[in-house]
Amino acid sequence: MPQIRIRVNAREQTVTVENRTLLVDLLRETLGLTGAHVGCDTSQCGACVVHVNGHSLKACTTLAVQCDGAEITTIEGLSKPGAALHPMQEMFLAQNAMQCGFCTPGMIMSAVDLIRQNPQGLSEDEIREGLEGNLCRCTGYLSIIKAIAAAAPLMHSRTMPAAMKNCK
Amino acid sequence: MTMRDFDYRRPATINEAVSLLVSNRDAMLLAGGQSLIPDLKQRISAPSMLVDLARLQLDKIKIDGRTICLGAMTTHAAVASSKDLQSMVPGLTKMAGLIGDLQVRNCGTVGGSLAYNAPDSCYSAAVLGLGATIITHRRRIAADNFFKGAFATALEPGELIVGIEFSQPGKSNYEKIRNSSSRAAIVGVFVAQGEAGTRVAVTGASRKGVFRQTALEDALSENFTPAAIAGLTTSSENMINDIHASAEFRAHLIGVLTRRCVAGTVR
Repeated sequence: MPQIRIRVNAREQTVTVENRTLLVDLLRETLGLTGAHVGCDTSQCGACVVHVNGHSLKACTTLAVQCDGAEITTIEGLSKPGAALHPMQEMFLAQNAMQCGFCTPGMIMSAVDLIRQNPQGLSEDEIREGLEGNLCRCTGYLSIIKAIAAAAPLMHSRTMPAAMKNCK
Repeated sequence: MTMRDFDYRRPATINEAVSLLVSNRDAMLLAGGQSLIPDLKQRISAPSMLVDLARLQLDKIKIDGRTICLGAMTTHAAVASSKDLQSMVPGLTKMAGLIGDLQVRNCGTVGGSLAYNAPDSCYSAAVLGLGATIITHRRRIAADNFFKGAFATALEPGELIVGIEFSQPGKSNYEKIRNSSSRAAIVGVFVAQGEAGTRVAVTGASRKGVFRQTALEDALSENFTPAAIAGLTTSSENMINDIHASAEFRAHLIGVLTRRCVAGTVR
């Protein structure tokens, strides 16, 4: 079986997979990272969203072997253990943007990519469009949209290098 | 495990990819995988080998004057967010931004969409509407000769798409009614006016896949206004009739969406 080298949540790993192993199965079954969920397994629901080389994608529709050499971030790697939460996580908490919580890891990973790709800011309609790949069966969308809108300015001010803040 | 197992290769050159494809029966090319991986899970496809094109460096957008080339592995997200393409071909970037969702657009590619040629493929409409040329590793195929019906193309066994090329149109626009679940086109219409003439390409509607609506093209080439095509209808013969939309409704939408395209065309 093929071996692949991947960097998961800033940790280098060499793992053995079958060619047909899905990325989400590698993360959950082999690496014990159960934050990415399998909701539909048909790339509709977005519960499995993780970042590969900085872009959000559906880990149920990606082969593990395609990620050989890639940098992968899951919900577990968004903030360091014991350190402050990522602004998106903080705002999901502040807005109570979850009910059962099943969709939450995917929602947060999609939202982080959406906000990173749009530093100019997004309207409420654009946030709604940007979330079209994530389903919440508790229908908690309103608080999720509020959380993302609140996290956007925090993400851009916190991730901006200190040197850039001085030359506005 | 839902998929049958397969060999997997990720070659570094086009020659290597082609020779793997030619020398392995039932080998398939893997581009973004957003249609192929779901097909593998359902065992609609069960290839002996997947040849992953990720290392071939076919993901470049090249603009030379009014000539635009998209590498086959350019993602929908890269097309949708390209500032140059947004100003030169607004219909193309709008079309790419309406495919699937952000995560699908981050993976799905130009070449993958064209080779798969699903009957509701947005890219097939854009490429036919732009009168683009599909460039394979050994020849150039005009869009008018490329699409051969739903899931069928002029590609021969062992042939690999490396990119597409087209001239900047004077005007372009895309409108679609989306399936509320899959976001695929129930009907999508791409309208372009330029060196290739006035072209209206329709996807999602016909059982035979993407096609040009020539009656609308003729009327618009004389007078590029919504009023010019107000009375023109499309026959519902050959239209897809399913739980999402009847054949008659799809035929009706072609006129509606074409008028919206023309009305909304800025340049």
